[in-house]
Amino acid sequence: MVNKQGQTRLAQYYEYLNLEERRALEEQCSFVEHRNYKVVYRRYASLFFLVGVDNEENELAILEFIHLLVETMDRHFGNVCELDIMFHLEKAHFMLEEMVMNGCLVETSKSSILSPIQLMEKAS
Amino acid sequence: MAGGGPSLMDSLFQRSLDDLIKGLRLSSPDNKLNFISKSLDEIRREIKSTDPQTKSTALQKLTYLHSLHAVDMSFAAFHSVELSSSAVHSHKRVAFLSAALSFNPSTTDVILLLTHQLRKDLSSPNHHDVSLALSTISSICNPDLARDLTPELFTLLSSSKMFVKKKAIAAVLRVFEQYPDAVRVCFKRVVENLEGADMGVLSAVVGLFCELTVNEPRSYLPLAPEFYKILVDCRNNWVLIKVLKIFAKLAPLEPRLGKRVVEPICEHMGRTGAKSLAFECVRTIVTSLSEHESALKLAVEKMREFLLDDDPNLKYLGLQALAIVSENHMWAVLENKELVVKALSDVDVNIKLEALRLVMSMVSEDNVMEICRILMSHALKSDPEFCNEILEFILLTCSRNVYEVIIDFDWYVSFLGEMARIPHCQKGREIEAQLVDIGMRVKDVRLELVHVARDLVIDPALLGNPFIHGVLAAASWVSGEYVELSRNPFELMEALLQPRTSLLPPSVRAIYIQSSFKVLTFCIYSYLGLDGDVASEPLSDTELDNDNVVITHRQTSSPSSSKHNLTQESIMSLLNLVETNLGPLAGSDEVEVQERASNVLGLIKLMKPRIIGGLNQSEEELKASESIKLIYDAFSEELAPVSLNSQERVPIPDGLVLKENLNELEAICGDFKLPLSTSFSLVKTRMFEKDATSISECQSKEESEPSNESTSLLSEHRKRHGLYYLASESKESLSNDYPPAHDSKDKAIDEAEDLVKLTEQSLVFKKKSNPLKPRPVVLRLDDGENSNFVSKKLEVKEDLISGAVQEVLLGTEASTSSSRSKLLKKSSTGVPELKDDTGNNDISEVSLVGSGRKKHSKERKHRSSGKEKEEHNNKDKQKSDRRHSKHKSRQRADSALAAQSPVIPDFLL
Repeated sequence: MVNKQGQTRLAQYYEYLNLEERRALEEQCSFVEHRNYKVVYRRYASLFFLVGVDNEENELAILEFIHLLVETMDRHFGNVCELDIMFHLEKAHFMLEEMVMNGCLVETSKSSILSPIQLMEKAS
Repeated sequence: MAGGGPSLMDSLFQRSLDDLIKGLRLSSPDNKLNFISKSLDEIRREIKSTDPQTKSTALQKLTYLHSLHAVDMSFAAFHSVELSSSAVHSHKRVAFLSAALSFNPSTTDVILLLTHQLRKDLSSPNHHDVSLALSTISSICNPDLARDLTPELFTLLSSSKMFVKKKAIAAVLRVFEQYPDAVRVCFKRVVENLEGADMGVLSAVVGLFCELTVNEPRSYLPLAPEFYKILVDCRNNWVLIKVLKIFAKLAPLEPRLGKRVVEPICEHMGRTGAKSLAFECVRTIVTSLSEHESALKLAVEKMREFLLDDDPNLKYLGLQALAIVSENHMWAVLENKELVVKALSDVDVNIKLEALRLVMSMVSEDNVMEICRILMSHALKSDPEFCNEILEFILLTCSRNVYEVIIDFDWYVSFLGEMARIPHCQKGREIEAQLVDIGMRVKDVRLELVHVARDLVIDPALLGNPFIHGVLAAASWVSGEYVELSRNPFELMEALLQPRTSLLPPSVRAIYIQSSFKVLTFCIYSYLGLDGDVASEPLSDTELDNDNVVITHRQTSSPSSSKHNLTQESIMSLLNLVETNLGPLAGSDEVEVQERASNVLGLIKLMKPRIIGGLNQSEEELKASESIKLIYDAFSEELAPVSLNSQERVPIPDGLVLKENLNELEAICGDFKLPLSTSFSLVKTRMFEKDATSISECQSKEESEPSNESTSLLSEHRKRHGLYYLASESKESLSNDYPPAHDSKDKAIDEAEDLVKLTEQSLVFKKKSNPLKPRPVVLRLDDGENSNFVSKKLEVKEDLISGAVQEVLLGTEASTSSSRSKLLKKSSTGVPELKDDTGNNDISEVSLVGSGRKKHSKERKHRSSGKEKEEHNNKDKQKSDRRHSKHKSRQRADSALAAQSPVIPDFLL
């Protein structure tokens, strides 16, 4: 779950595209403590999905959330890869927007997450 | 159509986002910045276009560059606002996305221009527009926006479309934070949603309460029944996790609540297959319900399962949970001891560290040796980084509270020696400090310490490792300082002068030389028979007595020390050895080294004739032996740790002004500061025998004794700079065991007395003791003040929210007025005023009283008294002009009245 601070600067949490800056990710355990935050991450092929959360958050739930996000993107793009996200960054944003509002998880059903985006695609 | 030309050109040949991304991917890393700035120029042009499509694409590209390449896009803020009014949904999306990503709620001033558009979208019939507006609000909301849009949000909270409702709930959290008065308007509707059936809505509303309870749980106690219902009925893991988090905050506030929820939580823990939920149950129990023993047992069992799991994530979390329990329930860790130790050799660094922390938390007097041994073997096997991590933990734990856990200091010092020899060891500094510290604090261990030090000093291989030069410095100091305990001073001298010492940095080398000075003094002293054959020396009676005391004392502590076979030949070869080795150093360009080497050489020069001359004493030779005695006695003066707050214990004499002239003081003190921190032994080199040896003499007598050269210097200094000295009469009243810290050289005489006393008393302890007093009071006070200050600042906002929440839930009307007026004044008002009024205290009282069988909301209404009503109405009148928009929604005086309505409903009892 994106933290309040993270919410105001959402872009920071979208940096899973440029991996080279991400260090210290060789560890196998998916939680890294960083200043006041925990960074929960999960790796999919060459992509790291990082979520910064405060200390209150349930790490395992975040992992599940990441997986849900990936599954959703997978369903939308069909076998999602890095390029899909790169070229459709705004769609990725919209999906996330559907799932998380203001740091609260609001939707967990893949089809409901995707329906607005599909509508949009139809319209354009 | 003046702008038509370029606009058409732009739209025809504009690069799309795809083009931009492809271009970026194709450009080489060096070229990238160039490419970005070129694109940026294009975008600046395009974004001014009147064609919405062109504008939108430009904005889209800019947003992309902003989020992934950190391009500043504040210049485009107004264009985002402009585009947001487009009728085309996709344009609107682009505009709002760029706003959400780039606007800074507190500095972007065009946000206010968005107000109208957002309001329009919030009331739009198209629910996609509404949801877009809501998510934008939750990113860029500032107090003004929150205030202006509260009515719209309030309407949306009861929307029939779940899709909109859940988002409105999530967005309202942000609005609450920015504009606490919105709570009064919206809170009731939010609470109503706790009973809804839609998972999305429930998840949003529970998430909202989870965030709110983190900061100020007490206000939400009245909602416990609703949360309880969700805990029991809900089967959605996301929601359950959040509810558990809420209970983790609430349970400590109300013991009966804990009793009530512990059962369903255990049930969830046993039932669920989802690890995340199971872990949350464990965490809730260990953090908030640990007094429920059976539940705790179950939780510990679950942790064990996690620890045994192959998944490193679970292992890590299991260890973390254990760490939480360990604070109060050590048995849980001890039960899983072998698993924890096993985790030390895990491949994962985080797991290892966590395990290490746990292991160290287990340390006690009984097992410290065993644990250190285990850790040591791990350290030897580990990579350098983790090895040092282990060493650091060991050093830290063992030295905690002045070596609280150590009983066998002999073991510990040899352990320290062992530690220094670990190839990866980089903790030289800490080991150095501890070796010296222990040497000074623990008398009984010195013999062993000297052996350990000898082994370190004598090993030529160690000199090549820069990380442990600090340890060597300590070892050489120890061997010099306690040379009388050494088995073989000659061997020691050879070690101190070995050729490889040239590898040492000058500061350490200076300590080596100083130590060899001490060793040499000791040898000559023994050779001349000054220690045993006192009568041969022409000394006054008192001195003689004192001498005897010292010497016999020393002899008992090490019977072997004075039995070295000292012949004229051996002592001469020793002198020659020193002379050859230190001779070249007298020309060293390092001042410390040069000076000390010269000292030693000077001593040799003085002593040689005496030794060659055998025992035929001429006048001059007598002088020589007398001076060696002086030096020796100066060295045998003991150093002891000085309490950090010793200075504090000196009462401030009348008329001493401490708060003025500090700058001037600094300028003068600057000269004195250097010696103590850089080397060990400078302080006492000038001490004189008379002062040094008389342990038992009392202070006043000492002061009246004939002053010698340095005392007269001192008193002169005192006369000139009287301001910076403590008044002499105050000395008697200050406690004997704490002389002022850090006496500098030329004050040595008076202070030497104190130092002796200190030494005496601080070394009285046997095995384990604590000569130092607890931490300075002043420091702690400072800390407390600081943290209070910070937390107060943070609290302000939360108080506003929770104040409002309490008002809605409990109807404490009193808080309305205060927090309202507070809002108007905002930053200028202080916290306490509000605190008093929010009724924090009331709740706890009330909650215990409340035992009625009715639902709390009803009860409230009945309890109101007429008097309060009147008061309340008055207040309301005053305010009514400001609040008309909210009046409809608010529960009027009736429900809001009774301040002392019961809070915790019957189900808890």
